[in-house]
Amino acid sequence: MGNAESLAYFLPELALIGALLAVLVVDLALTARKRPAGEWPGTVALLGAAAALVWTIGLPGLGVRGLLGQAGGTWLFGRMLVLDGFSVFFKLLLGLALLAVVWMSLGSREVRGRPNEGEYFLLLLASGLAMFLMAAAGNLLMAYLSLEFVSLTSYVLTGFLPHDRRAGEAALKYLIYGGVASGAMIYGMSWLFGLTGTMDYVGIARAVAALDPASRGALFVALVLVLVGFGYKVAAVPFHMWAPDVYTGAPIPVTAFLAVGSKAAGFAMLLRFFHFGVTAAGPQAVLAAVPFLPLVAVASCATMTLGNLAALSQQNMKRLLAYSSIAHAGYALLAFAVFADAGVEAVLFYLAVYYLMNLGAFWVVMLMANATGREDVEAYRGLAWRAGGAFPAVALAVFLFSLAGLPPLAGFVGKFYVFAAGIQERLYWLVVAGLLNSVVALYYYARVVKAMFLDEPAAGDPPLSFGLGELSPVGVLSASTLLLGIRFGWLLDRVAVAGRLFAG
Amino acid sequence: MQLGVLTWMVFFPVLGMAAILLLPSRAHGPIRWTAAAATVLPLALSAWLLAHFDPHAAGFQFVQRNTWIPAYRIEYFVGVDGVSITMVVLTALLSFLCIFASFGIEKGVKGYFALFLLLETGMMGTFVALDLFLFYVFWELMLLPMYFLIGIWGGPRREYAAIKFFLYTLLGSVLLLVALLYLYFTPSPHSFDMTQLGALVRDKIPLEVQVVLWIALFVGFAIKIPAFPFHTWLPDAHVEAPTAISVILAGVLLKMGTYGILRINYGILPTATLAPLWGGHSVAFWLLAALGTLNIVYGAVCAMAQSDLKKLVAYSSISHMGYVMLGMAAFTPQGINGAVLQMFNHGTITAMLFLLVGVVYDRAHHRDIDGFGGLASIVPLYTGVTGFAFFAAMGLPGLSAFISEVLVLLGAWQVYPALTVVAASAVVLTAGYMLWTLQRMYLGQPNPKYAGLAEINGRELFTLAPLAAIVLVLGIYPTLILNLQSPALVRLADQVRAAAPPPQVAAR
Repeated sequence: MGNAESLAYFLPELALIGALLAVLVVDLALTARKRPAGEWPGTVALLGAAAALVWTIGLPGLGVRGLLGQAGGTWLFGRMLVLDGFSVFFKLLLGLALLAVVWMSLGSREVRGRPNEGEYFLLLLASGLAMFLMAAAGNLLMAYLSLEFVSLTSYVLTGFLPHDRRAGEAALKYLIYGGVASGAMIYGMSWLFGLTGTMDYVGIARAVAALDPASRGALFVALVLVLVGFGYKVAAVPFHMWAPDVYTGAPIPVTAFLAVGSKAAGFAMLLRFFHFGVTAAGPQAVLAAVPFLPLVAVASCATMTLGNLAALSQQNMKRLLAYSSIAHAGYALLAFAVFADAGVEAVLFYLAVYYLMNLGAFWVVMLMANATGREDVEAYRGLAWRAGGAFPAVALAVFLFSLAGLPPLAGFVGKFYVFAAGIQERLYWLVVAGLLNSVVALYYYARVVKAMFLDEPAAGDPPLSFGLGELSPVGVLSASTLLLGIRFGWLLDRVAVAGRLFAG
Repeated sequence: MQLGVLTWMVFFPVLGMAAILLLPSRAHGPIRWTAAAATVLPLALSAWLLAHFDPHAAGFQFVQRNTWIPAYRIEYFVGVDGVSITMVVLTALLSFLCIFASFGIEKGVKGYFALFLLLETGMMGTFVALDLFLFYVFWELMLLPMYFLIGIWGGPRREYAAIKFFLYTLLGSVLLLVALLYLYFTPSPHSFDMTQLGALVRDKIPLEVQVVLWIALFVGFAIKIPAFPFHTWLPDAHVEAPTAISVILAGVLLKMGTYGILRINYGILPTATLAPLWGGHSVAFWLLAALGTLNIVYGAVCAMAQSDLKKLVAYSSISHMGYVMLGMAAFTPQGINGAVLQMFNHGTITAMLFLLVGVVYDRAHHRDIDGFGGLASIVPLYTGVTGFAFFAAMGLPGLSAFISEVLVLLGAWQVYPALTVVAASAVVLTAGYMLWTLQRMYLGQPNPKYAGLAEINGRELFTLAPLAAIVLVLGIYPTLILNLQSPALVRLADQVRAAAPPPQVAAR
């Protein structure tokens, strides 16, 4: 499809661009009159995110009903972006994440009232836009540019809190690690281009299938180098080192966005690149010759194990959730290592579930940080028994147990399909490692629950009070986590369609 | 969708839980009575179930079957047969009684009863589920309320006990999950149907793999029983848990382990169960029999060494669960009938014991056996009930445990004479620690410190009396239960035998 026609299918992204410019103008206008930004930038950003979501759902013929109902799709902008069920699924997920994070930011004490608040929402929207592009990229150039776009905005968002040494250090670490990883990735992409002579995913697939066996070693090197870039984005071991510092240093809504949105976009790109870019002509034929999948399996095992073991001793909630999110990337990688349709579907399902439970957990952490100014586990002591603390405590317990993968919560179903995919494709050792990991994980999640429920509150703790507006999103997320644990058939059906990548 | 009687039994407590959550947290009275009301219906329905249950009908009864997740052929599939009906009745009865035993809870009343009702749903669901996925969900569903009930309302070391219980059980369940997934993916189309799966996978899984699956399942269940050497969570959990929760733990949760072995290990993997891997003998049975005997002796020896009354009862539980394993391993009609009967009898007797420990602990605030003395002259009625329960636990003829233990020993004698001798001699140990405890606590010179100890009250008697009546009736007329379970057990045994490997392997 040509550029002009494509615009009609680019409405969600256009909505984000429009909102982005509007925030810029509003911010400039207010700053010029030396007025505080107030509610304006946040509200505009919220509307923009909502519009993007609405257009993703309602795109004529290609929205949810069009693409998540049946397989199929089309190319946009002359084979740069793909619009198929897969990208619609991720755009929905990312749109929801963006919407939730903007909403979260509106109530965050770290973000609100800063002189450069307008910039913050601008960057958030830009980051969201870049993630939308990542989910749809069907060309090496587009993939690299959108990934870099996300990274650049994330670096700035991480360092958003001025005069905060933790934030500054985190942003710098993120930048340096990101630079190395993206350098490795583009190097790998250049190898791939050299081997196949094209940047188009379909062209790459065709050329790889016809590749001279002597060049398989070069292909392996290229794939591994590209994997480094993706691994960095999803925080997989050994490219995870930035995550704990960045998650701790960034403002909590940004942390949530990185953990939920950035990871989902990274997996979107990873799946599309490998399933559709490299192996569309038959995964066995291409990958059997190189030890790529065993490498992914080992990375998955290392990611889960290291994430969980490191989380055991964390005292800061953001850091604990950072390591837990590393571990969860490992579970999702397990499903990727399966390298079959069942695995793709499991990843999609897992990411949707992960959105609910992880975002919810961060939301409660933010509410607590707003109320007490603290982020350590100690601050949660006896939360359930403090005045006004019972609801957030119960909600956080739901999120944490869901993260631990206990039924009847959504996290269990997510893990179940990941492990089921592993068993189906005979990756027994990895499944056993994953299951043992979930026992380890339970310990640190339960540690927080223990602090909230089993410990008595300190005598001097003041009562907490949260507004209905602050608690209702948490309530919605925890209720959804529970409901999705019981009724998940509808999501499985959607995922089954979205998992079939458009290969036209 | 037609809601069957079992569905009401499983989910009615959750409705009660929802009602409790809507009540103000200070309304202790209404909360308690709502909880009681929520457990009455399952109890009434279980009585109805007993009346309408046809022991001779082959297959499952009161079945309800609805699709849940069509894409993966996961069903909401429940039903009872002779193996599970006694467990369902036991669950309903103990849950009802334990609500009353919990009326003394003063801290976080709303949360306690809400979680308790959730726990009942989990237990009931586990015993009636016939879809493996559903079974696993209910199995895990029990963990959360149990963790909180021990961890918040327990004794001084409650946090340690709660997390230990939680981690141990989860470790068992993940092994279960791997095996379940493997079984699910073997037949085509994939199936979680517990009633069909055995036949579907029999010829499709090589024997070695079946044995590995058998072991994974067995370890998962053995942790729950708990079989030596997986038992160490039990004394901690039982001692720290509040009285009613100890009752539920010992009365119902331990049975899930043996129930799981019967239903899943025997029912779905009969070939591995009978696999003659060692000199023509079934290693599985030998393992069960040896661990069972070890449980009996080890539990009794440990019980003898305890100075804490509750810990003594906890170890006696380990010992008595050994009989269940021994009977199941014998696999003769007497043995297996005795085992399942023992599951029910142990549920009622150990419930009495824990309730009685709770009675004295509520008054004296300690459970040190040597810290009392001569209680018989201070609280004669309490002593009388305790004596009855102790004698029942000892296996005194005329009381229910005697029948089941004798059946187990009779059954086991035909297969494992040596082990049976050891197990039977352990009865002396049991009598030893029980009588010694009776003597130290209730006989002798009254301890002046407890001269004013209050007699057992009406509410406590109300929780104990039905159990005592059952123990007595089943001691005299065990046919009541045996008639219910025997046809199903004999059928199960026949099914397992029918799946035995070809004779030439056995003759080797």
